[in-house]
Formats: sequence, C-alpha cells, structure tokens
Amino acid sequence: MESGLRVLLLTGLAAAATGCSLFGRDDPPMEDAGASAPVISPEVERRPIKTPKIDTEDFEITAYYGLISVEDFGSNSIYGVRAAYHVTESLFLEGTYAFPSEVDRSSVEVLSNINLLGSDRDYSYYDLAVGWNLLPGEVFIGRNHAFNSALYVVGGAGNTSFAGDELFTLTFGAGYRVLATDAIALHFDVRDHLFDNDVTGEDKTTHNIEFNLGLSWFF
Amino acid sequence: MRQLILIAALVFVGEFTPAYGKTDHYEAVVAEPFLELHTGPGRGFPVFHVVDRGEQIDVVKRRTDWFQVRTSKGVLGWVKLEQMADTLDTAGKPTALDDPTADDYVGRRWELGLQLGDLDGASVISLYGGYHFTRNLSTELRVGDISGDFSSGWMATADIVHQPFPEWRVSPYAALGTGVIHIEPSATLVQTEDRTDQVGHVGLGLRMYVSRRFMFRGEYNSYLTFTSRDDNEELDEWKAGFAFFF
Repeated sequence: MESGLRVLLLTGLAAAATGCSLFGRDDPPMEDAGASAPVISPEVERRPIKTPKIDTEDFEITAYYGLISVEDFGSNSIYGVRAAYHVTESLFLEGTYAFPSEVDRSSVEVLSNINLLGSDRDYSYYDLAVGWNLLPGEVFIGRNHAFNSALYVVGGAGNTSFAGDELFTLTFGAGYRVLATDAIALHFDVRDHLFDNDVTGEDKTTHNIEFNLGLSWFF
Repeated sequence: MRQLILIAALVFVGEFTPAYGKTDHYEAVVAEPFLELHTGPGRGFPVFHVVDRGEQIDVVKRRTDWFQVRTSKGVLGWVKLEQMADTLDTAGKPTALDDPTADDYVGRRWELGLQLGDLDGASVISLYGGYHFTRNLSTELRVGDISGDFSSGWMATADIVHQPFPEWRVSPYAALGTGVIHIEPSATLVQTEDRTDQVGHVGLGLRMYVSRRFMFRGEYNSYLTFTSRDDNEELDEWKAGFAFFF
C-alpha cells in the first residue's frame, strides 16, 4: 500500500520532470536563438609563421698580405686568409690561416755562415680569435663621401709551424676596418704572435709582430 | 632569318639573366608612427632619415641585428631589429624575424664551438661540432691540436653527450667518447718515433647560455690511451671556450 503510493508519487514526479524537460526543450531559452547560430562561419586558418627570407651577411672572408717580423729571423712577407662570423654588432669570431713563407737568415746564421733551421725555413700559422668592435664610426673622404669603419681588438690562440715544430701561439692585436661598400671592406691589422721557441738554443718567449692589409667580402 | 636568330637569342638570354628589375626583397610596411634609418649597422651611427607610418620599405639585407632597407624614395639606411619587428608585411601581419632566444637554445639542433685548454701540461686547441638528437642527448665530433714543450700532435674523438637539465642556464653534462691520438716528439729532441694510439675518455662539463646564439662551455676530460707498450697512459684535460648554435 505504502509502496504503491510511493510508486504513484514517483511516477507523477517522473512525468512532471519529463514534462518539464520536454517543455523546456520545446521552448527556446532565448528569443534570438536563431541569431546565435553563426551567420558567417569564421574561417580561422592557422597560418604557420614564416620568417621572410632576408639575405643575412654575417660572414666575412678576407685575403691579406703583410709583413711579419719573426724574432731573430728578420722581417718577412706573409699572406693568408681569414674568415669571420659576426655574432652581434660588436662581437665576432675569426679564424686565420697564413700560408707558409720562407724566413730570412738570422744574424747569427749570416755572421757565422751556418744554417740553424736546415731546409725547414717555412713559417706558417693558424689561429682562432674573438674580436670586439671597440670604436665603430664613420670616416669622411672629401665633402661627399662617408664610409663606415670600426677599430677592433682581437685576442686568440693558435698554432705556429716553424723550424719543424708546432708551437702553441697566443695572438693579440688590433685592426681598422673601412667599408668601401656595404659588402666590401679594407682592413689594416697589427698582430702580435707569442710563442715559446728553442731554435736559438735557449728556451724563450718570442714576440712576432705582424702588419697586414686585407680586403674582405661580407656574405 | 637573322632577326629570328636574334629573337631566339634574346629569349634565350632572357631566360638565364637574373631579372634585375624584379625585386625579390622582403617588403614591409611601417606600422609605428615612424621608422628610424641609421647610417650604419651598429650603435652610435646617427639617424639620418625617418619613414612615416604606412610607407612601404624594401628590406635589402641583414647584418647581425640590423636591417638595411630601401625606402620608396630610394633612401638606403639601417634599421634596428627592435624597430624592424614593429613593421607589418604587405598582408598586414607582423614581420616575423629570426631572433634567437633561450627557447631556441634549449631546442637547438646544431652546435659549433672552440675551446682552449691544457692536456697534461701541453696546450690544446679544440674545435667541435655537435648534433642534438633530443634536448638531452647529442653527439659530437671533436678535433684537438696539441702542442707541448716536448711533443705535439692531434686528437680526434667522437662523443655521446648527455645533458640532464637542458633548460637550466648553467647546465651540467657528461660525455663519453673514443677516438685517436697522434703524438710527435719535438724536432729538437733526440729522434723518437711518432705514435698513433686509440683513446677513450669520460668527461664532465658545464654549459652556460650567454645570449643570442652564444654559450660558454668548460669541461674536464679524463683520457685513457691504449698504447702498444706495457702501460696504458692516462691524460687529464681541462678546457674552456665559446660555442654557438644554429
């Protein structure tokens, strides 16, 4: 009896609930339900971000020719190539290779008519260095021409091949770069190459100072 | 007949000569009130021209963080990256520029570096190139030039490098590798023979992200040289240097 009543009440409740829900479904919750359906479906297309192809010119390649004073062995001409990567407007990394060139006879060799080095008279080196554009600026030639320039300092290390030995070498120097055009530059460099050497009999640190003129191309 | 040949020749030449008139430069539109043009690509170079909002510019080239642009009036000048990033492309979208950040550093693929150091009393200059398989794991090829008081030579190794915390600014790594070492006694010493031996090494190091593409790297390696003599040789190496990624 009691359970019958409960069933009846429950049935009524269920009917009411369904009725409600049915009613609710029939009746639009808002007047402008039709407007909520998009009139124009937005075609949002996810586009991949493409960095535009802009020609970057952070690499620089140089050919140079100059004079190097090899301690005890006179001043000698030297030539080489250098490649640089400009990391920021101030900082660059560079690698240099100087082709083998023959050194002069030392005064000892001339005076006593001997040959300290035998047939191995070639001097060449390579080094890897970090450079800093210390004083960037412009130079003015005449009234109408201005060229960008920079005074830079470099420091690095490398290896010198001399007198049949491979000698660990520290390199320091400074240079001046003038850009003739946006891609071509003229360089004037002074470098000191320091290494320990025992060619003359005693072990000593030698300073080998080099001046050179270079022509470079940015690409 | 001659005319025909001439036309054919012109067409032929036309095919292969670069189209000078046609610009393949990236074009941008100034979106900020004005864009400053400097005389050179670097700090200190003065502003000599301004381009107004809405004007179109041609981007000729980029050098480090500077862009050489040509205005519609033909004025050439250099624009800073920060200002260039505020321009829009011809479709009205912001100009997307390649500006390496710390995120790019963590997700880098290629790495190239240079280190200087000491290998058991001899100086060593080493160059390496690395490829990152994942953020943690990379392989490296290293070439070292050794020069000491009594001997010189070179070493080449291939390594596997594991970096457990790649996102840290200063992040440790461990390396394991094998290769070849070649030693030549100094020319001023009594003749002894050159030797080439196999070498294996373990190493520990630290990478520090500096900025842009740059990182600093310092490491210690312990080498074991497998000689043909009675004893294997152990060598300690300390070195530090710079590297950049791309």
